Amino acid sequence: MTNLLTSLDPVDWAWAGILYWLGLGFAALFLQRSRSLLTNLVFPLGALGALFIAGVGVAGLLAPVSTSVLPIGLPDLPFHLRLDALSAFFLLLLGGAAFGVTVYAIGYFRHMEAGPLAVLTLWYHLFLAGMAGVMLADDAYAFMVCWEVMALSSYFLVTTDHDIPDIRSAGFLYLLIAHVGAVSLLLCFGVLQGGHGNYTFGYMRGAALTPFWASAAYLLALFGFGAKAGLVPMHVWLPEAHPAAPSPVSALMSGVMLKTAIYGLLRVTFDLLNIQLAWWGALALALGLVTALYGVIFAAVQSDMKRLLAWSSIENIGIILAAFGLTLIFYTDGKGALAALTLTALLYHSINHAFFKGLLFVSTGTVLHATGTRLMGQMGGLIRIMPWTAWLTLIGVLAIAGIPPLNGFVSEWLLLQAFLLTPGLTQPYLNMVIPVAAAAVAMAAALAAYVMVKFFGVIFLGQPRDPALLHAHEASWPQRLGMVWLAAGCVLLGLFPTQVITWIAPVVRLITNQRLVNDGNWLLLAPVSAERASYAPLIFLVVVLVVLLLTFIWVRRTYHGRLRRSDPWDCGYPEQDARMQDSAQGFGQPIRHIFVSFMRVERETPDPFDRQPQYHGATLDKLWFVLYEPIARLTNWLSAQAGRLQHGHIQWYLTYSFMTLIFLLVFVTR
Amino acid sequence: MTTGILLQIVQTLIAISLAPLFMGWVNQCRAWLQGRSAPPVTQPYRTLKKLFNKDAVVARNASPLFRFAPYLIFACMALAAGIVPTIANDLPFSPAADVIALVGIFALARAFQALAAMDIGTAFGTLGARREMLVSFLAEPALLMVFFNASFISHSTQLPVIVAALAHREFAIYPSMAFAAVAFWMVSTAENARIPVDNPTTHLELTMIHEAMILEYSARHLALIEWAVALKLFTYSALGIALFIPWGIAPRGDLTALPLAILVLVVKLAAGGALLSLLEAISAKLRLFRAPEFLGTAFLLAVLGMLIHFLLEV
Repeated sequence: MTNLLTSLDPVDWAWAGILYWLGLGFAALFLQRSRSLLTNLVFPLGALGALFIAGVGVAGLLAPVSTSVLPIGLPDLPFHLRLDALSAFFLLLLGGAAFGVTVYAIGYFRHMEAGPLAVLTLWYHLFLAGMAGVMLADDAYAFMVCWEVMALSSYFLVTTDHDIPDIRSAGFLYLLIAHVGAVSLLLCFGVLQGGHGNYTFGYMRGAALTPFWASAAYLLALFGFGAKAGLVPMHVWLPEAHPAAPSPVSALMSGVMLKTAIYGLLRVTFDLLNIQLAWWGALALALGLVTALYGVIFAAVQSDMKRLLAWSSIENIGIILAAFGLTLIFYTDGKGALAALTLTALLYHSINHAFFKGLLFVSTGTVLHATGTRLMGQMGGLIRIMPWTAWLTLIGVLAIAGIPPLNGFVSEWLLLQAFLLTPGLTQPYLNMVIPVAAAAVAMAAALAAYVMVKFFGVIFLGQPRDPALLHAHEASWPQRLGMVWLAAGCVLLGLFPTQVITWIAPVVRLITNQRLVNDGNWLLLAPVSAERASYAPLIFLVVVLVVLLLTFIWVRRTYHGRLRRSDPWDCGYPEQDARMQDSAQGFGQPIRHIFVSFMRVERETPDPFDRQPQYHGATLDKLWFVLYEPIARLTNWLSAQAGRLQHGHIQWYLTYSFMTLIFLLVFVTR
Repeated sequence: MTTGILLQIVQTLIAISLAPLFMGWVNQCRAWLQGRSAPPVTQPYRTLKKLFNKDAVVARNASPLFRFAPYLIFACMALAAGIVPTIANDLPFSPAADVIALVGIFALARAFQALAAMDIGTAFGTLGARREMLVSFLAEPALLMVFFNASFISHSTQLPVIVAALAHREFAIYPSMAFAAVAFWMVSTAENARIPVDNPTTHLELTMIHEAMILEYSARHLALIEWAVALKLFTYSALGIALFIPWGIAPRGDLTALPLAILVLVVKLAAGGALLSLLEAISAKLRLFRAPEFLGTAFLLAVLGMLIHFLLEV
């Protein structure tokens, strides 16, 4: 027995974990009667599975590459699985984030009816299994099957509340864009196999493509994975689908599913393609920066809290993609060490985003349960009613705003360092223009702080805007536990960057054949050389805390601690109520004022004689009207033209078949 | 190492204790330029003492975050003052945070300031928080670009290395740094709530930014915030000195250079404070939505400085 266990490779453990999730999902169907068994047994077991997958990820980072062939699927088309450092890192990301979210889900789904809950449990675990499968797949067939499992199960999760029309249409949009992307990926794999009909990744690695076909494959991959990741202009589904899904699902979709696209892009570009061109990197960099700025500007003007987070996910994907582009540029320029630095920043930001966005999405779930609304303009003052949720969310908010000493800052710091090294590039113009692009990253980071102050301030601080909020309830214990796990991830990833980088190192070595040198010690992160730049978050935190404590003690010792409570002063204005605070729209107004050219603002203002004046305002994405509506109109027109062939008379259809037959015969016999 | 740590503590304490004096000096200069009779240069100390002795009055619905924020803001500014080389260079704490992390420290303090302002839920508090975040989203990248200018020249983001590199090339001319200097002045007016972006003496609701955020604070909390404001102004001035006129800062481990370094610092700060108040006296407060244009100009100047660096200096 022990022999059997030790002879198993990490990849075998990984697919065992996937099977376990699948088993749990289908077992849920037999528990349709018992809500308590579903939440108190299936979800905790699912969380254990996540922890196991994370463990497999760690093992995979340390162990050599392992492969396995599963005889499932069509005859002669078995599933090829492979676990290398890149897959292992993303499995770790999946397991780490999914554990916290699934523990949270134990508490979150407690109030659902047992029947729909059983179905949701099935889709939830299928979704987890699909994502893990994508990361393990080693042939195009297995990849696409897992990709579709992931897309379809998440579609059913998004449409959990399918009796609401808005959610149905959000789900449809998601399904549509997911499949446009999937078609592009299929074509990409078609190009990659080079006409030999062998769809295993092992074969594609060896296939030599001309630069033209390699570029075609890259562009198809960028489009296909970009549609899944939410790259502008394929981002429109994100702000619709994320708010529609139940919060733990939004957390997984945003935190992990978007990363499967990043994984795929890395896999295709650096592993399956054997040549890379510099302009690919420049394209990805430009697209990434546009996505980051576009996402964060729209995040600032949202008034629905989950929609705000969805837009912020677009921003973060943009930053990750910019890092990807920069990696490609350095890599093709022969600057392996610098490519290693940017790749580290990319992977670091991916895992950071999984944790802080997971945390923020589940916390909106708690707020949604407590208040019954997603509109921030009806909240306020929740820090006094739900302190656990508020303080844990504050950690996530500071982390995503890129504020030291939390994790978001580390990856942005690494990325900015990489930008500072671009003058070393040999290509003219690129070495001049790219440092300027750093300005865009800096601005996206600063705007993210604006967005997050708005998010936290309007929801948790101030006076409750609705008296009903005073009866809101705090998160249940499993919910708190899940949030604590995710928040602890944000803190630890922020405080121990040198350790995290040693975990990322095998992936970096796999792709760039380089090692990121840490010139400092375990406390000091110095990626290039200690002379060049260094950062020590732990020292930073300790010093801030020590100074804070000393100041506190000094003030109390020297003076006094007397405190009186009274009404707020507010410049002496006697009449103040909760409605005089900034609403969510009010807080975003300056950004709307500055960037109005990207938006379509719709307003309905009451006329002066209205008895019951109603004000309605919406800030919409202009791209939808400029790009998507014409395409939709064109599609409608084309299908209407095709519709002319349809008469509903059998004789016409027989004529069509006959003509087709004749045509084919002529075609074949020639 | 021990002398290093001692020197680090001494420098931080000097910054903390001298910051209100510098504020007093700037206020005095401004009063002179405006033709008023000036308050004594030690006035900020008296104000602080008065505030510390008062009973704190806190709104009934204030959360712990409101009372915690002043301490954190003060600690952040003390940390920033410790990182920027004011009298001695290459102190033991400087590797822990480079210029990008310095921007991060200011961001941490600002985030808590804005959140604390929203905590009570008054109209002015949220107004101040919104405006502060608006100003900072343009000022912060501009500041980062100024630092990038300096790092492209010195090939480092470590302040000690930047200072050493710039201080030992007295005769090299960097046109990029001239652009950066103008951008830096524009950013520091915004970050320190000075004219033309904000006015530290106003309590007029239409114009105030920083003052609106701290309206609800009193006594020791207000004292800590006011002190942190003075410390921030001091740190920014020290930063300006370190980037643009770095000569005279004592190099690593050179204790004999310290007295001279302190003297040079005092002279530079006196001149810098006078210049700051002069620039304030001759400019007018901008309308709020002109502030983004002003800061956008700063941002573009810094970016232009970078382009000029690549065109002329490489």
